[in-house]
Amino acid sequence: MVSRREFLGTALQTGALLGLASLLPAWARPSSAGNMGLEALTGTNFDLTVDRFPVMIDGRKGMATGVNGHLPAPLIRFREGEEITLNVTNNLDEDTSIHWHGLLVPFEMDGVPGVTFPGIRPGETFQYRFAVPQNGTYWYHSHSGLQEQLGHYGPLLIEPKGTDPVSYDREYVLVLSDWSFENPYRIFKKLKTMSESYNFNHRTVPDFLADAADEGVGEAFRERAMWGGMRMSPRDISDVTGATYHFLINGHATADNWNGVFNPGERVRLRIINASAMTIFNVRMPGLPMTIVQADGLHVQPLEVDEFQMGVAETYDVIIEPKEAQAYGFVAESIDRSGQAVATFGPRPGMRADVPAMRPVPTLNMKDMAMDHGAMDGMGKMDGMDMKMDHPSGHEMHEDHGSKIKRGPGVANVVMMPSSRLGEPGTGLEDVPHRVLRYTDLRSLEPNPDTRAPEREIEVHLTSNMERYMWSFDGVQFSQITSPIIFHEGERVRMTMINNTMMNHPIHLHGMFFDLVNGGGHHMPRKHTVIVKPGEKLSVDISAEHIGDWAFHCHLLYHMFAGMMQVVSVLPREVNHPPGMKHPPGHKTSTKASMDHHDHGGMHE
Amino acid sequence: MKKFLTILMAGTVIASPGLAQHSHESEASGDKKPLWSQADEYYDPDEMAEARAAVLHHHGNSPYWFVMADRLETQIHEEEEVLVWDAQGYFGGDINKLFIKTEGEYSFEDDEIEDAEIQALWSRAVSPYWDVQAGVRYDVEPDGLSHAVLGVQGLAPYLFEVDSAAFLSENGDLTARTEVEYELLFTQRLILQPRIEANFSAQDIPEREIGSGLTDLDAGLRLRYEVKREFAPYIGIEWQKSFGDTADFIEASGGESEGTAFVIGVRGWF
Ligand SMILES: [Cu+2]
Repeated sequence: MVSRREFLGTALQTGALLGLASLLPAWARPSSAGNMGLEALTGTNFDLTVDRFPVMIDGRKGMATGVNGHLPAPLIRFREGEEITLNVTNNLDEDTSIHWHGLLVPFEMDGVPGVTFPGIRPGETFQYRFAVPQNGTYWYHSHSGLQEQLGHYGPLLIEPKGTDPVSYDREYVLVLSDWSFENPYRIFKKLKTMSESYNFNHRTVPDFLADAADEGVGEAFRERAMWGGMRMSPRDISDVTGATYHFLINGHATADNWNGVFNPGERVRLRIINASAMTIFNVRMPGLPMTIVQADGLHVQPLEVDEFQMGVAETYDVIIEPKEAQAYGFVAESIDRSGQAVATFGPRPGMRADVPAMRPVPTLNMKDMAMDHGAMDGMGKMDGMDMKMDHPSGHEMHEDHGSKIKRGPGVANVVMMPSSRLGEPGTGLEDVPHRVLRYTDLRSLEPNPDTRAPEREIEVHLTSNMERYMWSFDGVQFSQITSPIIFHEGERVRMTMINNTMMNHPIHLHGMFFDLVNGGGHHMPRKHTVIVKPGEKLSVDISAEHIGDWAFHCHLLYHMFAGMMQVVSVLPREVNHPPGMKHPPGHKTSTKASMDHHDHGGMHE
Repeated sequence: MKKFLTILMAGTVIASPGLAQHSHESEASGDKKPLWSQADEYYDPDEMAEARAAVLHHHGNSPYWFVMADRLETQIHEEEEVLVWDAQGYFGGDINKLFIKTEGEYSFEDDEIEDAEIQALWSRAVSPYWDVQAGVRYDVEPDGLSHAVLGVQGLAPYLFEVDSAAFLSENGDLTARTEVEYELLFTQRLILQPRIEANFSAQDIPEREIGSGLTDLDAGLRLRYEVKREFAPYIGIEWQKSFGDTADFIEASGGESEGTAFVIGVRGWF
């Protein structure tokens, strides 16, 4: 918490009395405060400082931790292929770091403390140097502690070397995020000790009565008993919610009404980045279709939709073509509908679009726990089952998917029959009356650079005990792992992820792209972050090209912090040494040499 | 009191090895092979070892603490008014914790604490929803008696919160207590909580007015309003009854073996 004196002191120094809006980069200000487009840090040399500084969020003063005194951090623009130097100075009294999310930089420049480098100590300046291996929309953020929740995130755009396959008249960057005035460690502690702290969406006695009136008392009771019997809630959609979060677009809440300006008939490119700590957003522009042209920085075949669900850390570039000289709302609604952020696009600055009413809170169903309804019928079967949902139950297609999971207090649930849910819209968008993105609809624009069939398959289970707020892979928290996940250089691996929890998890692997196995043939969408739905079994193919130790984690900040993290070690093929063994002398690759490894990452010629 | 402190310290000592649930911290001191080390080629291996230990520790193994006054209430009986407290707190990680529990009763009429106990327990998570707890209980009032405690605490199917324990006193008497709570949400903040507490004894303990078998039962209904999740005032009623020889003991000494009280209090946690 910030004392008032501390705030005033800093504010005076930074001249904040002239108006806190001036602390924001021009492109993130409301139009009334001078946002007429993008302002960016460009070039090949960048000086970035990480500080604590005052911010104005939703009309209230707070203290942020971030880059160059801006929330979000400044927009950085690179050009594909250029040699970049970034000097990052840490003015905090704790360690910091910057991770270049989605960029295939050499692993020692990836910026994950304890995995790829030691971290940046207080007072120290760390120099990141790399050749930019790709183009597209990315972002950067702290990988230290819970700093990301405090504002340490910013957009990163890389212009292509050649011509851009997407044509547009103007572009805007939209950084979606969530801000809390509570200290993030306090939030984490509350989740640990009372995981329901922020959930104000539970079903109530009046809800029960309404259901009983609709479906009959017996059915309503059976359903409640089923969830209660499993000690779960069908309303565990998000664990940190609008009860503490202010949802932001470019640092602005709905009341601030961030503005983007267009001339009717223009093609406007929106580069949308979900830089939240914990919020999966539903994105839509009522009355305006959006054509997705890029996902996670890589071009996709244009796909027109009316809404899409966006996991934490995913990015989508869309084209809109507003024809009318009217205000259009850009709506980012949290997945659990506990809040939203709305910005306005219009022909004149200062216009305000209608703010749509929040839609009803979604309720999870049996599919989300990969239970089939028939198996759950009759209370008798539930009694004494004690959550061992993978009990043989006479179902033919039943395999024991859970055998790899380390059981214990951290694993409340092992799914019985995970299913492919790639063809479904996200949680809560099943019944909306318009076109919603499904992962099966995405096709990469260019043919995939590596179309080999995978040589082997590894299975990773997403596991949790919501009650204890324990999150893990394969039932093992990061702090308890006995081995990283080993890939060998040049190998093509299929990773199959099975979600044994009731929540959506945006899973992110550093240093490599996931080729999403969605029926796309040689045009699989390639993503750095993939939402795995509750009860889902999903596969991605990975080319292990880039030697190094790479972080692999759920991008929900507090899930990662609770243990849902691992390391993928890509070991050099020629030296067949076990993990932890030193490279033989002479193996050491220079930064320059290892950059050359990275040409596969740049998908575009 | 001195005896109690000795027992409490013993309990803490028993609990503390359990609280240190570490697997990787030894790496920094060099007696263990690192799980990954490719960055050591680029950075000082000692610094990397330290950072590695830190990143592992902070992702699933940081301890935390919790304090909760589940009930802090005035019970208004026909003839008397008492203040009742029931609180617990813990420190530890996901698997092992040190629990402190206290409950007791203060009489406004007599201006004295009639009952007061404190427990120090080592709590170990043994399954997704259950902790086994073992340690000591000391009755500060009325008689300074010490007990060994073995219990379970957790969440039963259908979301019943259960806290049960058996107590073996230093005199060799065996008793048990079980508490069950449930929550009914009228709104997200207005919550009705039924609660039952039952006490049992394996033998007559005349000096404590306890007979064998089910000794007494409290059944309460509390309606709380969560102003914040962490702070909720409530009102309610509680029905209390003693049974068998226990009731006889109480009646013989001029007490009531059955009664209903109106309660008003707060629930708070931090
Ligand atoms: Cu997660």
